[in-house]
Amino acid sequence: MDNDKESGIAYWKANLSLVKWSLVIWAIVSFGFGIVLRPLLSGIKIGGTDLGFWFAQQGSIYVFLILIFFYAWRMNALDKKFGVDEE
Amino acid sequence: MDLQTLTYLVVGATFALYIGIAIWARAGTTGEFYAAGRGVHPVTNGMATAADWMSAASFISMAGLIAFVGYDNSTFLMGWTGGYVLLAMLLAPYLRKFGKFTVPEFIGDRFYSPTARFVAVVCLIVASLTYVIGQMTGVGVAFSRFLNVRADVGLFIGAAIVFAYAVLGGMKGITYTQVAQYCVLILAYTIPAIFISLQLTGAAFPQIGLFSNTLADGIPLLTKLNEVIGDLGFASYTGHHSNTLNMVLFTLSLMIGTAGLPHVIIRFFTVPKVADARWSAGWALVFIALLYTVAPAVGAMARLNLVDTIQIGEVGSPEGNLAYDDRPDWFKNWETTGLLTFEDKNGDGRIQYYNDASQSFATKAEEFGWKGNELDVNRDILVLANPEIAQLPNWVIALVAAGGLAAALSTAAGLLLAISSAVSHDLIKGAYNPNISEKGELLAARISMAVAIGVATYLGLNPPGFAAQTVALAFGLAAASIFPALMMGIFVKRINNKGAVAGMLSGLIFTIVYIFWYKGWLFIPGTNFAPDTPDAWVFGISPLSIGSVGAILNFAVAYFVSNATEEPPEEIQQLVESIRIPRGAGAATGH
Repeated sequence: MDNDKESGIAYWKANLSLVKWSLVIWAIVSFGFGIVLRPLLSGIKIGGTDLGFWFAQQGSIYVFLILIFFYAWRMNALDKKFGVDEE
Repeated sequence: MDLQTLTYLVVGATFALYIGIAIWARAGTTGEFYAAGRGVHPVTNGMATAADWMSAASFISMAGLIAFVGYDNSTFLMGWTGGYVLLAMLLAPYLRKFGKFTVPEFIGDRFYSPTARFVAVVCLIVASLTYVIGQMTGVGVAFSRFLNVRADVGLFIGAAIVFAYAVLGGMKGITYTQVAQYCVLILAYTIPAIFISLQLTGAAFPQIGLFSNTLADGIPLLTKLNEVIGDLGFASYTGHHSNTLNMVLFTLSLMIGTAGLPHVIIRFFTVPKVADARWSAGWALVFIALLYTVAPAVGAMARLNLVDTIQIGEVGSPEGNLAYDDRPDWFKNWETTGLLTFEDKNGDGRIQYYNDASQSFATKAEEFGWKGNELDVNRDILVLANPEIAQLPNWVIALVAAGGLAAALSTAAGLLLAISSAVSHDLIKGAYNPNISEKGELLAARISMAVAIGVATYLGLNPPGFAAQTVALAFGLAAASIFPALMMGIFVKRINNKGAVAGMLSGLIFTIVYIFWYKGWLFIPGTNFAPDTPDAWVFGISPLSIGSVGAILNFAVAYFVSNATEEPPEEIQQLVESIRIPRGAGAATGH
C-alpha cells in the first residue's frame, strides 16, 4: 500500500514537471517570441519580415503541435512505467 | 454549367451526405446521445473536434480580421490554437477519466455543490447560446449570397438539417457529420488558397508563399504589401501598433476561453481511453492548424489582390485608380449584398481606396483631389470573395459556399448538444427528477435538443443588436469561470465547495461588469459608464481581454477562501486521486 502511494506520488510529480516545462515553452513561443520578445528577434529576417512575425503567425502553432504530441507520448510512457495505464 | 446550378448541386450533395449520416448514426441510449458510446477513434474525434471548433468566424471572418489589421491580429491565430495545449495537458484526459457526460456535472461532483453546478450550467448556456447566434446568421448569409435564397428561408433549411442529425443521433450523429463537414470545409478553404499562392508567389503551400517573393517583381510578398498599403496611408502590415499588455492578455483570454468552452471539452468524452484523449487533442490541433496556418496567407494575399485591383497605376496619377465602370464581376456580385459599397465622393468616376483617417496622408490625398475613402469592404467577404477575385473556376466558388455552411452547421450542432445535455442531464436529471428512467432521459435529451434548435433559429432570425459583441461574452465567461474551476478541481485538492463557488462568482461578476462598463449594461447602447476606447480602458486592457484577468481573480479567491475554510471531505479527495490516474476509464463507458 505504501509502495503504491509512493509510486502514485512519483507519477503525479513526473506529470507536473512535464506539464510545467511544456507550458514554459508554450508561453515562450507565443507570448515571448510572438509578442513581447519580438523586438529582440527583429535582427533575424525571414521572407520580407522578421522571425517574431513568423512565430506569431506560423511558428507558435507548429510548436504547440509538437508539444501536445510529445506530451501524449511521454505521458503514455509514464502511465506504463508506473503501471497506471489502461489495457 | 453555370455557377448557380453548380452551387445548388455541390451544396445539395453535402446536405444529402449529412442526412445520410443522420439515418445511419442514430442514438439508442443516453450514452450514445451524450458521448457517442465513448467509441470514437482519437483521429476521428480530432477531425470532429476541428469542425466543432472552427466556426463561421474561423472560416469566414478570421482571414479578414488579419488582412485588414496585419500583425496585431495574430492574437487570434495564437489564441485559438494555444488553447489546445491547455486542453491536452490540463483538462481533457482527466475529465475523460471522470467519465460523466457534462462539464457542469464534473463541477457539481468535484465541489460537492449543486450551487457550483448551477453556476456552471448558467455560464454554459449563456456562452453557448450567444455563440450559436453567429452560426445561424452565418448560415443565412451564405444561403442568400450563394443560393439566391432569402436569408430566413436559408436559416430554416440549415436548422432542419441540424435537427435531422442532432435530434436523431445526438453526439453520435453529430460526430460523424462533423467529420464529413471538416472534409468539406478544409477543401473549400485550402484549394482557393493554394491557387492564389501559386498565382502570386509560385509556392504551392500558402504557408511558404506568405514568406516568398512575388512572381510579378521578385520582392518578398510582405515587403510589397507593406509598400502598397503604406503608399495609401495605411499602417504597415507587419508592424506592431497596439498595446503589448493588451495583446498578451487578449491572446491568453482566447487560449483559456478555448480550453474552457464546454462544447469543445465534451468532444473528448467520446474517446475510449485517457491516452486517446491526449492523442486526440493533438490530432484536433493538426486538423485545425491546416486552416489556421493557411489563414494568415489568405489574409495577406487577399489584401494585396484587393489593392492591386483598385490601385491599377501610380498612386495619385489620374489613371492610377480603377474606373467604376470597369469594375470586375465579383465587385458587382458583392455590391448587391451591401457588404461592399462604393460612393464616388470626388465625382471622378474612379475608385479611391485609402486610409482617410491618417493625418499624415491627408495633405497628399488633398493634392490628388481625393475627398475621402470611397470603398467600404466588409472584412467578412474576403474569404468568400477570394476565389472570384482570383478568377478561379466556378466549382471552387461552389465549394466555398458549401464550406462556409459546413463550418457554421458543425459548430452550431456541437453548441446545441452542449446546451441540450446541460438541460436534460444537469437540470432535469440532476436537479428536477433524479429518478428519471434511461428512456425518459433520452426522450428529454431529444426534446431539449429540439427546443434548443428552435430557440437558436429564433435568435438567428431576430439577432439581438448585441450579437456581434457576444463573442467577448462567451470567451469571457468560459475563461473567467469554467476554465479555472475545472483546472483547480483537478490540480488543487484543497479547493473546497466554498472556495470554488466564491472563485467562480467573483471571476464571473468581475468580467461581466468590466465588459458592461465599457459596452453598456446588457449591451444596451448608451448605458455604458465609460467610452469603449483604449484611452478609457484600465491599463489599456480591452473588455475583450478581461477574461484572463477574471480567471486570475477566480484562482486567487478560490485559493484563499478554501484555505480559510475546512478541507474537502475524504471521498472528494479520493475522487481527485482517481481522476489523476488513467487506469479504469474504460469501465466508465456506459454511464
